[in-house]
Amino acid sequence: MLCQSCNEREANVHITKIINGVKTEMHLCDECAKAMHGEKVGLGYEMGMPLSFQNILDGFVEMMGGFPQSIIGEKTCPLCKMTFEDFRRNGRIGCDECYKTFKDEMIPLIRRIHGNIQHNGKLPRRTGGILKYKRDIDRLKDELKNAVSKEEFERAAKIRDEIKELEMKLKEEENRG
Amino acid sequence: MDSLNRVSMVEKHLISMNLLKNYDNAAVILNKEENVSIMINEEDHIRLQVIYPGLKLKEAYEYASRLDDLIEERVNFAFDSKLGYLTSCPTNLGTGIRASVMMHLPGLTLTKSINDLISTVNQVGMTIRGIYGEGSNIMGNIYQISNQVSLGLSEEEIINNLVAVIKKIIDQEKRAREVILQTQPKELEDDMYRSLGILKYARLISASECLNLLSRVRMGVEMGIIKDVDIKKLNELLVNVQPASLQLIEGREIEARERDFIRAKILRESLK
Repeated sequence: MLCQSCNEREANVHITKIINGVKTEMHLCDECAKAMHGEKVGLGYEMGMPLSFQNILDGFVEMMGGFPQSIIGEKTCPLCKMTFEDFRRNGRIGCDECYKTFKDEMIPLIRRIHGNIQHNGKLPRRTGGILKYKRDIDRLKDELKNAVSKEEFERAAKIRDEIKELEMKLKEEENRG
Repeated sequence: MDSLNRVSMVEKHLISMNLLKNYDNAAVILNKEENVSIMINEEDHIRLQVIYPGLKLKEAYEYASRLDDLIEERVNFAFDSKLGYLTSCPTNLGTGIRASVMMHLPGLTLTKSINDLISTVNQVGMTIRGIYGEGSNIMGNIYQISNQVSLGLSEEEIINNLVAVIKKIIDQEKRAREVILQTQPKELEDDMYRSLGILKYARLISASECLNLLSRVRMGVEMGIIKDVDIKKLNELLVNVQPASLQLIEGREIEARERDFIRAKILRESLK
């Protein structure tokens, strides 16, 4: 859909206004929306209705060209029976299994929200041991490459030993689990 | 627990609006100091909230993280090696952390630079909301600034980024106050004392008018212009003038009009 104002760029801001029961819809590109509404676009509390996650979610879905009809209404989470349409309506996932069921639809959304799809923070202490070792090893391997490229061989040797140690621990942990 | 007590817990930031809406199936565990709450069946099964005064985000996170470890000894959290902690709303995925700072920004509001600030803060993955978080209005020039992105960064990075932004906002707020003080010193002083005057002598006052005037007086105290009002008293009033807390203090349900009268009475007695 083209922007209604400039008729040049793709419309990616969709505004629905209901004033005294009269509904008007506008489809604008980023630039025209900014020009017409100043800073107000995107600021929930300046408008009559707070901009909720569901509104943004719908915007994202539209921006990506929508989902194929086959997904909507047909795929159902085996654990909690939620459909993707349910998620679109209320913006909340039903259970942890949903993230697996709707992986193909969720990943692009998550990337848009966070700009990233790789967790980098805390791991569960009791169940996250193996993960932690794996992540630390990956991080050290990057550091090792970096050290070698800078010809800091003393540091590289130290990192190599650390990696060896962690790999031993990882093996122990995996054998135990 | 009756509805007044529940609403007053929201006013004191002990529980969220979400928990209140779902109170039939929800619970909260509080510590004696009332700065730590564990909310059960809020938007997610478990939500930890730790509040510290000042800019002690690291301390608050460390406390929350220890609590999290203790809970994890008995509970299996939904966790994915790629997406991190699996929350019911995709906006909280990953660390699931929401680091927030409550700020009083009358200078930036008066100089009308707050809208610029909001859009700038949005651009760096953070968000500004009203005093009661998501969907709440700005009252009394108090803003809550928090991280928006929770996936991809470590908890430490999220906190450090927020602190860096907060420090910049503090600088800006100080500058805005200086500008007002230099350009309109008499008007500023007049405004602050008029506000104090209304709070001291009004007979009917709404919660929103009261919060805005309290903001002016607080600004006066913070800038050293008003000297005979204790900031602790202002903090207390900020909660006590809210509708449910006010009714709890009086020990009965009170209609809106009478609340305005009682609010004025509480203010008079406190600021005497």
